[in-house]
Parts: sequence; structure tokens; C-alpha cells
Amino acid sequence: MRTHRTKWYSKLYLGLIVAFLQLPIIIMMINSFNSSRAMGAWTWEGFTLDWYRELISNDKILSSLGTTLLLALAAAVISTIIGTIAAIGLSGMKKRISGIILNVSYIPMLNAEIVMGISLMLLFAIIGIDRGFLTLLIGHITFCIPYVILSVMPKIRQFDHSKYEAALDLGATPKMAIVRIFIPDILPGIISGFLMAFTLSMDDFIISFFTTGNGVKTLPIEIYTMMTKRGISPEVNALSTIVYIIVFIIMLGINVLPSIRQRADIKKKLKSERKQVS
Amino acid sequence: MELKRKPADDTRIKVGKKSGSVMTLPLIIWLVCFVLVPLLLIGWYGITVENPDGSMSVSFENFKRFADPIYLNPLLRSAKIATITTVVCIALGYPVAYILARSTAKWTNIVMMLILMPMWINFMLRIYSWASLLEGNGIINSLLVSLGFEKQQFMYTEGVVVLGTIYNFLPFMIMPIQNVLLKLDNSLLEAAADLGASPVRRFFKITLPYSVPGIISGVAMVFVPSVTTFVISQRLGGNKVPLIGNIIESQFGMAGDWNFGSTVSLIVMAIVLAFMFAINKTDRAEVNGRGLTL
Amino acid sequence: MGEHIIELVNIFKQFNDAHADRPVLNNINLYINRNEFLTLLGPSGCGKTTTLRIVGGFETPTRGDVFYLGKRINDVPSYKRNINTVFQRYALFPNMTVEQNIAFGPTIKKWDKSDISKQVQQMLELVNLVGYGKRTIDTLSGGQQQRVAVARALINKPDVLLLDEPLGALDLKLRKEMQYELKRIQVESGITFLYVTHDQEEALTMSDTIAVMNEGVIQQIGTPEAIYNEPTNAFVADFIGESNIMRAVMIKDYLVRFLGCEFPCIDAGFGNGREVDIVLRPEDIELTEPREGRPVGEIASSLFKGVHYEMRVVCGDELILSHSTRYFEPGTKVSIDVLPENIQVMEISTSSDTIIGAKRAQLQNLYRENAGGDD
Repeated sequence: MRTHRTKWYSKLYLGLIVAFLQLPIIIMMINSFNSSRAMGAWTWEGFTLDWYRELISNDKILSSLGTTLLLALAAAVISTIIGTIAAIGLSGMKKRISGIILNVSYIPMLNAEIVMGISLMLLFAIIGIDRGFLTLLIGHITFCIPYVILSVMPKIRQFDHSKYEAALDLGATPKMAIVRIFIPDILPGIISGFLMAFTLSMDDFIISFFTTGNGVKTLPIEIYTMMTKRGISPEVNALSTIVYIIVFIIMLGINVLPSIRQRADIKKKLKSERKQVS
Repeated sequence: MELKRKPADDTRIKVGKKSGSVMTLPLIIWLVCFVLVPLLLIGWYGITVENPDGSMSVSFENFKRFADPIYLNPLLRSAKIATITTVVCIALGYPVAYILARSTAKWTNIVMMLILMPMWINFMLRIYSWASLLEGNGIINSLLVSLGFEKQQFMYTEGVVVLGTIYNFLPFMIMPIQNVLLKLDNSLLEAAADLGASPVRRFFKITLPYSVPGIISGVAMVFVPSVTTFVISQRLGGNKVPLIGNIIESQFGMAGDWNFGSTVSLIVMAIVLAFMFAINKTDRAEVNGRGLTL
Repeated sequence: MGEHIIELVNIFKQFNDAHADRPVLNNINLYINRNEFLTLLGPSGCGKTTTLRIVGGFETPTRGDVFYLGKRINDVPSYKRNINTVFQRYALFPNMTVEQNIAFGPTIKKWDKSDISKQVQQMLELVNLVGYGKRTIDTLSGGQQQRVAVARALINKPDVLLLDEPLGALDLKLRKEMQYELKRIQVESGITFLYVTHDQEEALTMSDTIAVMNEGVIQQIGTPEAIYNEPTNAFVADFIGESNIMRAVMIKDYLVRFLGCEFPCIDAGFGNGREVDIVLRPEDIELTEPREGRPVGEIASSLFKGVHYEMRVVCGDELILSHSTRYFEPGTKVSIDVLPENIQVMEISTSSDTIIGAKRAQLQNLYRENAGGDD
């Protein structure tokens, strides 16, 4: 339904919404350069890069960042493997059975996170597992799996079965056909499932809050601790500013590059058509 | 028949038949251990009380205990805040999704990106930023004072908690609606115009019904997390605006009454799942995490 | 003809679906000679694709045997058969270039690398795609993708190439071009083709032999000329080209009665007074001024078609289609005549009632149209 030329008031409205959404982030960035620690009253006490310098030597923040990344990577890898293999298996099963399994696997996504968090906490307490990195990982994998399945499943359903048959036809064994044709075909779904799992895990607070212990802290947990105690230290603002700018550049690249590539493709096509004509 | 033919039994991807169940086994084991058993534990704790000697006995006492206004009010407040949040998110988000979907311009991608970008900063930091804006000694009040006005009290009200939830969940409303509207075939609207439908009529007869699945996914993605949030209310509401999430959290934290905490969780879960069941009859695939559209 | 490269014996196929109460294939017997271009022709749902898939190894028959050079291959999986397929929508691998697609089979079979690249070049020449090797699939047009699919199959030097409606997705002009192209490739490569289509014109142009199928049964096997000129039943006659099919009575050998008149014919052995079906091709029907002893009808419509006029003649209960270079005004009374060798006499078959019924309905519609036009 793309036709209209956008009216000025529409643009103004979009601008206001974007400003509303970006406002706290801009404040955060400003604070990261403010020499005031901005604890009590907020004042601007001049520009500084101190917080960025101190960030490098702040073990607490850096180690929680390390934990967060390691956890996100592990949770994303494991949930992608379990979710993808299961999705492939489910696609070949009877609808009724696979429907039940799918519904159960979507529970962590549909249910309130706080309930999922405390249910896992209860489990770990009762069977006597000390809460720590392992329990965190289990919690994260549990809520990542449905997102992986959700992004892989449509790709499997879209897969043109005759491509698999074509591979068999050309002498590939079923195993080879799966590895060389089927998996590459559904790869975009697997990758987007992986990325989704990774970002969800990185950002998660609620499940982590109830499944961690023994001083294992992810960055969101660390931020929460600071927030409830003395207020967020400016180094966190500095770190978040860096993350935000990196993500911004990457996103801009993703959004702008395709149109550049598209233009190049069109040129290539035109050229070859000219060749064919002559 | 050729076109509709299902993949033949003989060459259905070999993982599909016997090994299908083998491949699903890890998932099933995982779901049983870490989804079903934990939920059953909540169920068990919820319908039992702990005796002084440490043993447990079945009792519905905790449900009776919940019928107290100190617990019921937070539940009602949660429902109210989540409802307001959802309605305002539709009102604010629908036009955004509509404008973005209607436009062919390249810059709409950038706008969408700017709308989704804040999700890359942990929500607690963004909420904290709001607090530093709105606090008694915050940026807005500093500005007011320096301009010679009186300080205003923004914090610790229901209103500011609602602002926090709207701020936090608005992108989750825009995303699914825009996804659906992008797929609306323009020729449908042209056909309606051709048949004499006015722009307003076209919107209510075609565009709006078409976008219902998107709105439904948006509602699911906004209502459930905002009904159970406890961080936003903690930071922006202080202790003045306790929500049901805060009750649960405190039972498992400070109060340490797991049985009662489980009872409240059971009640919340029942409400959430009933809500999801009611609105989730449409395609579940529409429920879309942040990763896909980025 | 030469040896039987593929032979299907008493093939039955029934799918396990709850709603499939009748077999998809019902006692198929068919052999294919080496170097033959054999086409399975029939409407959708007739079982032609299932037959092809059984030969390719993608389906196993419920009953019956598949032989390959005299060896039973029912249980040989498709990847062990020296048979390759060009799929309906090509099934090219989108994550590979044209070259990689074509080289897929040889790479799997671990041919020598330099040999592979040489063969790929030869294939690109054979299908007129030199210079396209490095392209990705999505930058190719439908016709080009089709050629890649053919090259990808042919490079494996299969004994039999299976083609499942390969031209179905192309537009008319390209389809005609590719018909010549495929025929040329078949002749040049000397490979046996088993071709599936629902397009009768395609089948007539390209095939050495055609097997017409309907409802899981082979109706007729023969050369294109035989199928066209001597259809064995009303279904084949109706499916292949335009035709007039009607009930007739054999008065005696070499004399048949239809449209209320007796016509000499060249068929015998049906028995005196037997009811039969006859087929008259539109181009074989001669229209003249009304004549004694020949059925008289009235021109209902007359359309200019370039090389001829397409005229419909109402004659008693029948609506006769005629292609003629001689023009008659609608409303003109004409006589119908046919040469004896152009009357094809057939046994009455199960499908002839429905076909004749459909013609009747067409006639009634025509009357209704005319009645409406008079208002």
C-alpha cells in the first residue's frame, strides 16, 4: 500500500514520536560527558571524557559486560541448535502432535516473564542447584528457544521440496542434500533466530534477576543493583553511549547498503541486456 | 492435483519421519524440565502453605489472603495501567505505522530504525534517564528553576508509571501494525475508490480491518509485559504505586513467602494466559520479536 | 525400435491420504526405447507426473514393477539411478551460481576438477548460456533458468532425462522457442527424454511417441500422427486438437450413419447396426451449398482466424465446428460433407457420454445467446 507523498503534518508527527523515543537516550549521552556525577540535583558541570577513561578500569562493569556477552553467545548458540533441529523434526511430524509441542514451547514467550523467572528459581531451589552462571544459561535458553523456532519454522515451510528432490536426483544422498541444499536454504531463518536470541539474552533483566546468584552479574543486573543503591554510575552511560553509536552505525549501514547494492544490480542487469541485444 | 500435491511420502526429507521425533526429543526434554515442571511447582506452592515444622500442606488459605485490598489494589492498578498503556500505544502507534507503510520514500527505513534503536539500550537505563529528567532535582525542574518557575512534582504518580510503560512498549505496537500494512495491496484501495468509497470509508472498511492481526500482535506484545512490570513502577513510582509485579517480587525477595508468591503468580498467569488465549486465535506467527524487522 | 531402457509393468499407485479413494495410477504399462522422445500427455490430475516421479525414484509404486535395462529398480533410491530430472519450477539452488548449479552433480560424484569445468563450459554452450556461468540464479530470466535446469541435469549424462512440464512457467513465445531448443538438445545429446505436459500442441511438436493419460489410465500410445488422426476413443480425440465427436451407427462395414445421412468410411469389423463414436476434425469438414443426400445445417457463427474461417454449423441436435477457407454468412444454409478417410470410427468409451453431453450444452447455450440477441 505504498503510494502517498507524505504530508508535512505526518512528518511532524513522526518527528515528535522519534524525539519522544530518543529523548532519554540523548539525556544519557549528555550525562556521559557531564563532569557532575548527577547524583542529587542535576547540573551541568562541564564537558569531560573522564567517564570513558574510568570505564576502562572499572572491573565491575567490564566483568559484567563479559558475563553478558558470554551468556548471550552461549544461550544463542544452544537455543539455535535445539530450536532449529526441533523445528526441522516438527515439520515432518503429524500436525496434531507438533501443534501441542509448539504450543508448549511458546509458553515462555507468551507467559509473563516474572512468572517464568520465579518458576525456574523455585525449580533450582528445590533440586538444590546453586544459582549462578549455569542457572542463568538455562533460563536464557528457555526463553530464547521459542523465538528461534518462530523464525526458523516459516523458512522450513517455505522450502521448495523439489530442491531437495533435485539434489537427490543429481546424486546427493539424503544427508548431503540436507547439508548442502536444505540448511543453506533455511539459513536466513536460523541466523535471524540466532540474532534475536542473542539480543534478547543481552537485554534480559527479569529472568536473569530470578535465576542468578553467587555474585554472577550480567550488565542489566549490575545496572539494577546500582539503580536501587547509589544511582547509575556515569561509566555505564559512557558504555551505553559507545554501544548505541556502534549499533547506530551498523543499522545505518544495513539500511543504506541494500539500496546502493540494488542500484549496482540494476546497472549490471542493464549492461548484460545491452550485451544480449548486440 | 499436481500443484496441490503434498510432498510424497517416499522423499519427504528423511528427517521428517522416524528421526523427526528423535530430533524433537531435546526440545521436549527441555520443555518438560524447564517449562512444565517449574510451572507445576508454582502450582504446587500456590495451593499449599508451609507449616511451622517446615512440612507443606494443601490449603487455599493464600487465595483468601489475596482477597485483601493491599493485594487486590495493585492487581487492579496493574490492569488499569496496562489497559491505558495498550490503548495509548495503539492511538500513538497506529498513525506512525500507517504513515510509514503508506510512504515510498527511502527515509522511512531510517525513521523505522530510529524507532527501534532505543531497544538496544537496556530499558532500565532509559527509565533511569526519564527519572533524571523528571525528578525533583532533575533536568526539567532545574530548567524551571533557572527560568524562575516553581519546581513541579512529576515522580511517584500513576501518570509517570504510565509514561514509562508507554515509552518502553510503543515500538512493539508500531512494528507489527506496520508489517501488516506493508502487505496491504494498493489495488484493494483503488478498487474501493473506484466503487465510490470516500477516503474515510476506505480506511474504516478496508485498511483498519486489514490491520487487525497487526493490532492484535501489538496488543499481546504491550499488554502482557506492562501488566507484570515491576522495575518501571519501582523506579518511577517509588513505593507509592505498587503493581502486581512488585507484590510477586517482594514475596520472593524481602518477604520470603514463596507459597504466597506462587499463589499470586498463579493468579497472574491465569489472567495472562486467558488474555493471550482470547486474542491469540489469529496467526501466532505475527507475534514478532525485535530481531526480524531490524 | 531399440532396447527398452525403462519399462513399467502393471503399476498401481495409491496415496495414503484419507480422501484418496481411487488410485492415482491404475495399471500403467509402458516402455521407453533408447533415444526416444516420449511424452506423457493428459489433463492435470491424470497421473502423468506421478508416473514420471516413479521413474525418477521420488515415489514407489503401490504395486507393479519398474525396470531399468531389464533390472528391477523399485527400491533403488533416486540418487543411485542414472536418471535426471528437469523440475516443474526448475528447483535451481538459489545459493549457488549458474556454474555451481550445473556442477552440482559432478561435484557430488567427485569428478576430476578440470574435467568438471570443461564439461560445464560444454553444457553452457549446448544450452546457449556461454558467459552466464558466474551469474546468480535470481538475475536470470525464466527461459534462462530453464536452460540452466536442463544443463544441470544433462551434464550427468543420464540414460533418461525426465522433464516435468518444463515450459509451463514460460510465456507463449518463449515456450515455442524452447520447444525447438529442447528437441535440438535431445537430438544432439542422443539422450532419451521422458516428457510430461498437458499442452497437446507441445506434445505433437516434439515427441516421437505420445502416451495420452486420463484418470490414472493410459488411453492411447502412438506417434503424434496416429494420436491425432486415429484417436482410439472420444477422450483422446477431444483432448488432442479441436474435434467434432458424435454418436453414429455402423450400417455395415465401410458405411456409417450420422447427422441423419449415410457416409462411406474406411472402417470395418464393428458389426452391423452397432453404435459407435466418430471423430471429425474441423479442417476435414467441407461446407457446400445444400445438396441432396448430405446433412443440411445453418451457419451459426463465422469468425476470421487468419488462415481460415472458424464456422459453427447447427445441424439437427449437433453443433459442428468447421475450419474452411471458404466464407459463409451466418444464417446461410449449407451442406456438410466428409471424405471417407477423414471419418475416424471408435468404440464407445466411458468418457464419450460426458464429452458429447458437454457439446450439447454448448449448443443449447448458443441457442440461448441467439434468443437473447433477438430481443
